[in-house]
Amino acid sequence: MQRFDLQAEGLRALNAALQAQADQTNETAWEVTNPRGAHAIAAGLDAPIAVTVQGSAGYYCAGMNQQATVHVDGNAGPGVAENMMSGTVIVEGDASQYAGASGHGGLLVVRGNASSRCGISMKGIDIVVQGNVGHMSAFMAQKGALVVCGDAGDALGDSIYEARLYVRGSVKSLGADCVEKEMRAEHHAQLAELLRRAGIDADPGQFRRYGSARRLYHFDIDNAY
Amino acid sequence: MDDQHNPRTVPAYSATFTPAVMAEIRRAAATGIYDIRGGGAKRRVPHFDDLVMLGASMSRYPLEGYRERCDTNVTLGTRFAKRPVELAIPITIAGMSFGALSAQAKEALGRGASAAGTSTTTGDGGMTPEERGQSKTLVYQYLPSRYGMTPDDLRKADAIEVVVGQGAKPGGGGMLLGQKISPRVAEMRDLPEGIDQRSACRHPDWTGPDDLEIKILELREITGWEKPIYVKVGGARPYFDTTLAVKAGADVVVLDGMQGGTAATQEVFIEHVGQPTLACIPEAVRALQDQGLHRAVQLVVSGGIRTGADVAKALALGADAVSIGTAAMVALGDNDPKWEEEYRQMGTTAGAYDDWQEGRDPAGISTQDPALAARLDPVEGGRRLRNYLKVLTLECQTLARACGKSHVLHLEPEDLAALTLEAAAMAKVPLAGTDWWPGKPGTGG
Repeated sequence: MQRFDLQAEGLRALNAALQAQADQTNETAWEVTNPRGAHAIAAGLDAPIAVTVQGSAGYYCAGMNQQATVHVDGNAGPGVAENMMSGTVIVEGDASQYAGASGHGGLLVVRGNASSRCGISMKGIDIVVQGNVGHMSAFMAQKGALVVCGDAGDALGDSIYEARLYVRGSVKSLGADCVEKEMRAEHHAQLAELLRRAGIDADPGQFRRYGSARRLYHFDIDNAY
Repeated sequence: MDDQHNPRTVPAYSATFTPAVMAEIRRAAATGIYDIRGGGAKRRVPHFDDLVMLGASMSRYPLEGYRERCDTNVTLGTRFAKRPVELAIPITIAGMSFGALSAQAKEALGRGASAAGTSTTTGDGGMTPEERGQSKTLVYQYLPSRYGMTPDDLRKADAIEVVVGQGAKPGGGGMLLGQKISPRVAEMRDLPEGIDQRSACRHPDWTGPDDLEIKILELREITGWEKPIYVKVGGARPYFDTTLAVKAGADVVVLDGMQGGTAATQEVFIEHVGQPTLACIPEAVRALQDQGLHRAVQLVVSGGIRTGADVAKALALGADAVSIGTAAMVALGDNDPKWEEEYRQMGTTAGAYDDWQEGRDPAGISTQDPALAARLDPVEGGRRLRNYLKVLTLECQTLARACGKSHVLHLEPEDLAALTLEAAAMAKVPLAGTDWWPGKPGTGG
């Protein structure tokens, strides 16, 4: 286990050390102490390492992550795991706005609540939120899945493309072109697998699925706004 | 006298309801959808043509044309980046996407720019191997849509341009209509094939300059603080936009005036939002000067640059470099009269073709149709672009030497006069024959 005191050694030294790890590194376990809400902690990683942040992180923690597992033992600020390509990011507390924004792959798990715009512009990432998500979540979501074990705020899935949304609780309102869809066997299977990977014991049968009505895919008089 | 022999009133078109305006009303009434097109503002606005350069005379000493040294190199990104971008000429190629343009066109831009010693820029939709392979210096655009955005490509770039806006549509997002969403474009953007695609007008994970400062920190952390970070803004509020971009940590500000082009957006946006390039430059320069960072943070200006005279005038107003998009497309062959028959079949004519969103470009540039795209030879296109960049550079040097400058960046506002009151007011240089411009400090007006 490599220990890194962020206050003592600084952000640049931390990220340079983590980013220098190669695929075959033996130093696979890292612990970051004293994060104190610093921004861009563990951003740009690209190796199969496990990083635990002992406390809360600021903006863009684990931004653009590839391969690594980043565990935030606290809350995460805006844009946690933004544009993640692969790997896993777990937030034990709450996540602020834009969690998992534009992520292409990997798994983001938020054990608490996620704020507004969770999964905005997502492009293949899977996101599992144990609590609630705020308004405009999954805005323009293109690919991947967003699982919400609690409730969703206003305008869920506005202008959504092909991402799949699963919500167990209430949805305050659906955004433009987002509709409820049938839960078929393939969706139950996908949801069960995502819940399993997130370590959440929940019955997929309690969830409803939402996705694109595909009415905005072509400009015409009815959607030219 | 009967009615037949009475003098008749000559039919008169309204200056307000012109035939073009009425045709557009009829088109709107018939279709119910706004007009979408490519390019930049077509209306006449004050521009570099409204300025003249003064040259040397008794009070100034010129340099000998073609003989005496007049350097053109420029370095971008000297503020924070470990590896600033070194260019041989102060003219770069603006961001244009693969998707909007064919792969052949992108390759040609890379070839031409590299041969001329300058940079080219990606666009919405990510970086293609052809473009990276043929571009010695490649600027990677970081856009609201994040289509095709990967950290690997970010690290392959020589500089990163955070796009906040563009001159054709400050405050608006992009469009790419279904005809151009080919399987390859769809895959790169993670979108279904053939849909009419929108690009967001705002970044998904930051909302203002304070956030942008943190975003830039993240980008620098991910790329080891090596690459210059540009921030591109549309010509809306150039003083404040430049000030805030600098505050957020930009190494370079890219400022795109309303004549700057786009692949596709609403006509109403192109013609009615944003300010002329000429009006934007002095305000951006003032913002840099007020922070003591003029020349320390470089200013790249785009939007209607066509000639070496435009380049020289933009530099004289305080820009460190210019960027070209539409002119580069024309150099490759866009709107060439040799395709006139095909333009006419589409209801337009060479020189006026702007339906780039339809993907039917006979010149093979703004298209994803394999047969049309194959018409553009990337090697020949690259040669034409290099030639054009060479001419722009020689023309700019000619004017700089005439003004007695041994480097094109030594040009200054004092080398300029304005031919119109509007241009004088916008450029803040004297109206020709006077020492005055509207709003000149100390003149009461």
